[in-house]
Amino acid sequence: MKPELRQYFRLNRLPHIWCPGCGNGIVVGALVRAIHDQGLNQDEVVIVSGIGCSSRASGYLDFNTVHTVHGRALAFATGIKLANPKLTVFVLMGDGDAAAIGGNHLIHAARRNIDLKAIVFNNSIYGMTGGQVSPLTPQGKRATTAPYGVVANAFDLTELAKGAGATFVARGTAYHVVQLTDLLKQGIRHKGFSLVEAVTQCPVAYGRQNKPADPDKMLRWQKENAVNIRNRHKYSQEELEGKFLTGVLCKKDATEFTEGYQHLRDLLDSHE
Amino acid sequence: MNTHSRQPRLMQGNEAVAEAAIAAGVKFYAGYPISPSSEIAEICAEKLPLVGGTCVQMEDEISGIAACLGASLTGEKAMTATSGPGFSLMQENIGYGVMAEIPCVVVNVQRGGPSIGLPTSPAQGDVMQARWGTHGDHPVITLCPSSVLEAYSLTIKAVNFSEKYRNPVILLLDEVVGHMREKVELPEEGTLEIVRRKLPECDPEDYQPFKADDDGVPPMAPLGSGYRYHITGLYHDETGFPSSRPQVVEDLIRRLHRKIEDAKQEICLTKEYRTDDCEILVVSYGISNRSAYRAVKDAREQGIKAGLLTLHTLWPFPEEALKEAASHASKVIVAELNLGQMKQEVERILAGQVRVEGLNKVNGEIFTPNEILAGLGGTI
Amino acid sequence: MVLAGLILAEGAVLAGKNVVQTQTYGPEARGGATKAEVIVSEGEIDYPKVSKPDLLLAMSQAAFDKYASLIEPGDNTMVLIDSTIVTDLSKGLGNIIALPMTKIAVDDVGKAVVANMVALGALVTLTKVIPQKCLEEAALARIPKSSKDLNLKALRLGCEVAQKICGECGIAVS
Repeated sequence: MKPELRQYFRLNRLPHIWCPGCGNGIVVGALVRAIHDQGLNQDEVVIVSGIGCSSRASGYLDFNTVHTVHGRALAFATGIKLANPKLTVFVLMGDGDAAAIGGNHLIHAARRNIDLKAIVFNNSIYGMTGGQVSPLTPQGKRATTAPYGVVANAFDLTELAKGAGATFVARGTAYHVVQLTDLLKQGIRHKGFSLVEAVTQCPVAYGRQNKPADPDKMLRWQKENAVNIRNRHKYSQEELEGKFLTGVLCKKDATEFTEGYQHLRDLLDSHE
Repeated sequence: MNTHSRQPRLMQGNEAVAEAAIAAGVKFYAGYPISPSSEIAEICAEKLPLVGGTCVQMEDEISGIAACLGASLTGEKAMTATSGPGFSLMQENIGYGVMAEIPCVVVNVQRGGPSIGLPTSPAQGDVMQARWGTHGDHPVITLCPSSVLEAYSLTIKAVNFSEKYRNPVILLLDEVVGHMREKVELPEEGTLEIVRRKLPECDPEDYQPFKADDDGVPPMAPLGSGYRYHITGLYHDETGFPSSRPQVVEDLIRRLHRKIEDAKQEICLTKEYRTDDCEILVVSYGISNRSAYRAVKDAREQGIKAGLLTLHTLWPFPEEALKEAASHASKVIVAELNLGQMKQEVERILAGQVRVEGLNKVNGEIFTPNEILAGLGGTI
Repeated sequence: MVLAGLILAEGAVLAGKNVVQTQTYGPEARGGATKAEVIVSEGEIDYPKVSKPDLLLAMSQAAFDKYASLIEPGDNTMVLIDSTIVTDLSKGLGNIIALPMTKIAVDDVGKAVVANMVALGALVTLTKVIPQKCLEEAALARIPKSSKDLNLKALRLGCEVAQKICGECGIAVS
């Protein structure tokens, strides 16, 4: 670890509980570099997480950290941000957390355009509990609760967030860590709801059921199947089949919720 | 007129809850509308932005209480309100509030249940859910008003208790108390006792976020105040980090209970009417208390030695007050709009010393005084 | 109906009395059956619902059939009805006073919705439960400014028509 990044970790809480080859540490590394590069005040950063492997990250990071319940991290974070808009609030979730049990909170946080920095660690599986199916497990892939392959479609979480009104939506991967760090930095600078989906590998719960299970091969899969949105025009529709887009997928301006609410208070004040 | 009272005014029970919460310093409301509690949300939506506060309608009751707990972590006083179906959805996060020791007031304006039940009729069927609704062996404080004025005063108590003991406090109204309008003379705001949670006095590096003082309650640093620490719903040690060591687990759950148990003297609020020499004691709470009070007055006029114990605090149960009020009684009647939830508690406490009978009404209407008078052996 | 109950209750507070107002209603936002109960007293009010009404106001046939039939012979309840709407009195007991409230509202004020204000004026005049001044003050506090004149007119017409009836029936009005 680079010396300047050590201050952001609770070193006495390490080593972490993640399995060898897990991509979560890479994503957390990218997050910490982004926070460092943006010069955020450690005391004014809040990390809210849900339940799952990735959500354990909050315990390792030396900020104001809140490890909440499954699926509700965004709802807790909404209260935190509204009550103290000066705080920079990151919301760390897994794919099950964000897209299944917490899906309703995701679409409404996006709709409100509240300035939360949502980061979804997408490993396509429920890792901590042993490999059950998630709404982001691709159709046909196996999980312990889909032993014959997943029947239903998977979500494209970035499309969901865009449709719900998120004003900054991006996707990166654990393999493309420089790009991921940059996307997280852009998310920090953005005023409004930002969602960064970080595609990450789970060799133990996903890889062993779906092959390959080697972390390096899983990272290579990310490399080979990610298409930077800037290069999309180079691919035909058929060539894009089975691949996924990375980069900034949506960025637009709209009234941020806490600012809109403050505007309401000011308006009421001036009518007094 | 009492010099500490404001002009008399007509006020609704739900309105009293919202106004009292704001008077007690609540600056944050998040919830989801549901009959018969929605007036609380509507009044908060109108008034909170005027006092620099925030009111947000969330996507469901789960996120309503979650947002309140989040806001409370930043140092704001927070409240949510709902009715039965929404109260069921809030249970998980009530448990989180208990475990992470986050002050918050949860109002449940009871309606008929189970399920959608009777949306616009009163009931008292959520008494045991208020006690045991969230999973795990947890402590809880529950208050229950029977008039508009009590809705006001007990809301202030609820906010104060939640702040002082760092625990969610449940305020149980019912449809009639919530919607009833009465003439009230509210206390002047300056005369109200308002409590704020303890803040840490040590330096941030010495802060042990879950190390309790002698009263069992740890000082609470707001997020963003320079005290960076970890909050979790997992069992945790005094540093706030997860631990499953048996000693840590047992110490934590016992402390959470003890901080409420040790404060029962302050928390357990009751009112006694003619209990000094009563041979038949009526125990009641909430809207049923109004009918019971009338019935006991009528019974006394008929020469029946009746008395009334009104429970303003339901949980922790006011055991001492019950034992005292029942000390001369040969019979105790528990009048409630359910099939005997509190009767079981009364029986448990009096354990065979006195005969305990339930007077129960579950048809969506409140007791008439005569129904209770008949139970007291009075002539109608 | 709930608004009328609310104004009466507010008027009672202005008159320095104790008051409790409760309501029963169904799921309909408009047009459902509603009942407002108001207890006005110099003393403490324990039970908040009405046991034996001194006055029953029925603005619909259904309300009359349901509640007037509960009146017992010795109750001495005054039953005030909107005779434009309530036409079948076969199910009711008590001292029935019929006033064409909706007709007055339509003919003299031009709006059927203010029939409840006509009723309120009549009710207060007949029972003298609170001074008319307090009633008007309470009404003005609860009614939007834009419809103030209409409502006040309706209220006063209610008072007048009730006064006339009192004269005919021999009820003393002070």
